[in-house]
Amino acid sequence: MDFRIINTAKIIKRQGRQYIPNIELPVLPTNFKNGRIEITELPCKEGCNACEENCPTSAIAINPSLSLDMGKCVFCNECARVCSEDKFIFTNDYKTATNERSRLIIKEGIKQPITLNPELIRKEIHQYFGGSLKLRQVSAGGDNSCEWEVNAAENVNFDMGRYGINFVASPRHADGLVLTGPISSSMAAPLESCYHAINHPKLLILVGVDAINGGIFQDSKAVNRTFLEKYPVDLYVPGNPPHPLTFILGILELIRKQK
Amino acid sequence: MVACVIKNGESTSIVNIPTVDYQDFYKAVIELLKDKPHCHCINYFAYRNSYDLKFIICIANDDSGEIQLLSHTIIYSAQIELMSLSKEIFALHFFEREISENFGIIFTNHPWPKPIRYAFDRADKEKNIYNYPFFKIEGEAIHEVGVGPIHAGVIEPGHFRFQCNGEYVHHLEIQLGWQHRGIEQLFIKKNKLIQRNILAESIAGDTVVGHTLAFVFNMESLYEIKESKKLSLVRTLALELERIAVHVGDLSALCTDIAYQLGYNVFGALRTPVINHFQLWCGNRFAKGLIRTGYSGYEFTEELSIKFQKMLEEFEIKYIEMAEEMFSLPSVMSRFEKTGETTLEQMQLIGAVGMAARNAGLKRDSRTTHPFAYFKNEKFETETLPSGDVYARAKLRDLEIKSSLKIVKNIIKELNTKKEEIINQRIDLEDKKMLPNTISVSITEGWRGEICHCAITNSESELIHYKIKDPSVHNWLALALALRENEISDFPVNNKSYDLSYCGHDL
Repeated sequence: MDFRIINTAKIIKRQGRQYIPNIELPVLPTNFKNGRIEITELPCKEGCNACEENCPTSAIAINPSLSLDMGKCVFCNECARVCSEDKFIFTNDYKTATNERSRLIIKEGIKQPITLNPELIRKEIHQYFGGSLKLRQVSAGGDNSCEWEVNAAENVNFDMGRYGINFVASPRHADGLVLTGPISSSMAAPLESCYHAINHPKLLILVGVDAINGGIFQDSKAVNRTFLEKYPVDLYVPGNPPHPLTFILGILELIRKQK
Repeated sequence: MVACVIKNGESTSIVNIPTVDYQDFYKAVIELLKDKPHCHCINYFAYRNSYDLKFIICIANDDSGEIQLLSHTIIYSAQIELMSLSKEIFALHFFEREISENFGIIFTNHPWPKPIRYAFDRADKEKNIYNYPFFKIEGEAIHEVGVGPIHAGVIEPGHFRFQCNGEYVHHLEIQLGWQHRGIEQLFIKKNKLIQRNILAESIAGDTVVGHTLAFVFNMESLYEIKESKKLSLVRTLALELERIAVHVGDLSALCTDIAYQLGYNVFGALRTPVINHFQLWCGNRFAKGLIRTGYSGYEFTEELSIKFQKMLEEFEIKYIEMAEEMFSLPSVMSRFEKTGETTLEQMQLIGAVGMAARNAGLKRDSRTTHPFAYFKNEKFETETLPSGDVYARAKLRDLEIKSSLKIVKNIIKELNTKKEEIINQRIDLEDKKMLPNTISVSITEGWRGEICHCAITNSESELIHYKIKDPSVHNWLALALALRENEISDFPVNNKSYDLSYCGHDL
């Protein structure tokens, strides 16, 4: 049976090192379309509202001043395509998670990175979860792209487990709930009972545009988002779907930052 | 009676479809489908047309590559009774249940008249997802196991009810609908093309290319746009890359379920470069934003071509080495072989498509039978395996990854001769009108199998009905059949071996 061991060793050797040693360092391709968006200060063409008009999810508002809500954005690049003045820049900055919804609304000329607001982080979060965090994921109408990316956060490349962050099967074992999807009406009740099964203190993390705002489903009669009116959200992870690095870095900032 | 005949991706005026009364419709459908293994129903739906309810059935003939359309109309009111076709052609059971749920039509003698997804606009709002009428059996060693809608892993929701006889599953009933987002209705409500394009990308986020291609083929047919050669090449490139990425990801997941760590890690790591190259191309690891009506969201540049070739070379070496190792391990094979067996007859009966059909020897692949894009001009031999078990479903993935690699390499070679042509110029269709009173039917072969979309316009050229059919619609029943008389502990590996779509089914 020796040849088996040789085969296995060969495969492992060829694979080499797969994990990313420092997950803050990778540089994503400049063509990346799920990162921070900038709106330049170049003047708009007189009377043009093509971006607002063509945005599929009404993420862009022209009045009173041009802004783009990354919590509503499906990152389709349509605004950049229809704009004659190159106002919209999709950067490869993947650190876009935040705990304050308004920080996702981008205004003209803003180039600062998106961070969490330390004032809004409950002080027990660092104390309880700083070294270990167990999460229960619920997909409520998610299209399986966010779910794949959340799964990828645990694979050999991103290896979220090294920070003590893992997914668990039972909400009883979990410290927080990771929600994907616009919350289909049928999943509203199971989602809520899962949330209640988690002990206090608990986190609520919204992953992807569908969870944050409903995305393209925001005005569907088959979704029921009342759950989010009742419970506080600790982290918004924008993207369609968000990159695994956005997810991991967002959580790390949340559990490591102290007020 | 002669049905209206079109080819994949074509459209025809609604009036060209013969409309007959239900008795003749019933007879004609049976004639077209009964004992004809080369014919299967790709879509059967109803829609409201003022006071009428119009039924349209689309039947694909795999030998001639034709799609036959037939319709019947009734003056609409709920509780109308029609004789069920499912008794004769069982594969139609899903479509009749769907029509019955949406419009309150009663199909008499239907073998399985249960709701399928509890759509928000269903006819009977008294029925809800929490009181689904499960089958029940009784006996001394009989017990029930209920799983879901929320599962143990990071996965979409669905409910599985096992009727077990000791450790063995006597029957598995799969209750879906939890993911229903009203997507077909949104296709009508949202009237901008880009919105509909985004919707198509969200039907199933793991089959972005497959579903969005079916959508753009319909739109291009209704807007009368011709697909250029280069455009058809890059689209097929994306479709086959999607197949490679998901298949290798699924092999990784299958290894998890049999506790084979090396396979889990290596296949998982191999998926990464493929989807990262999607990201390099279009900024999104799932190819969202790439497929657009009339053009390509992003150009396939020479620089990309070089990077893709290099990635594929490395991928192939690492993949083949790992796959050979896995499929020669007795400990892997003993978990795969003879687990979750299905037969050709069963798959024919339920109208299985794609991988679920091909792993049990049923040769059904729209790339060869109803070719689109690149496959219109290229001969392509589809892979099948006879055993219909978890092994066949794993091995079929292996074979398909290899055949897709060949296709992808050929396409990249061919694209190198078309460097000059520009295909990423946005085409504005907001002022253009679709063909009025027209139905368009398109089929693509996503990694799960045959995807079929139908679009219907009215006299004002507005979209009035959009019908989506994911391959999972047929194939969920294959999983239920595979589980029969298997140990309940083999459910995860069986489930993963099919990897069917919840949201594609629930819409």
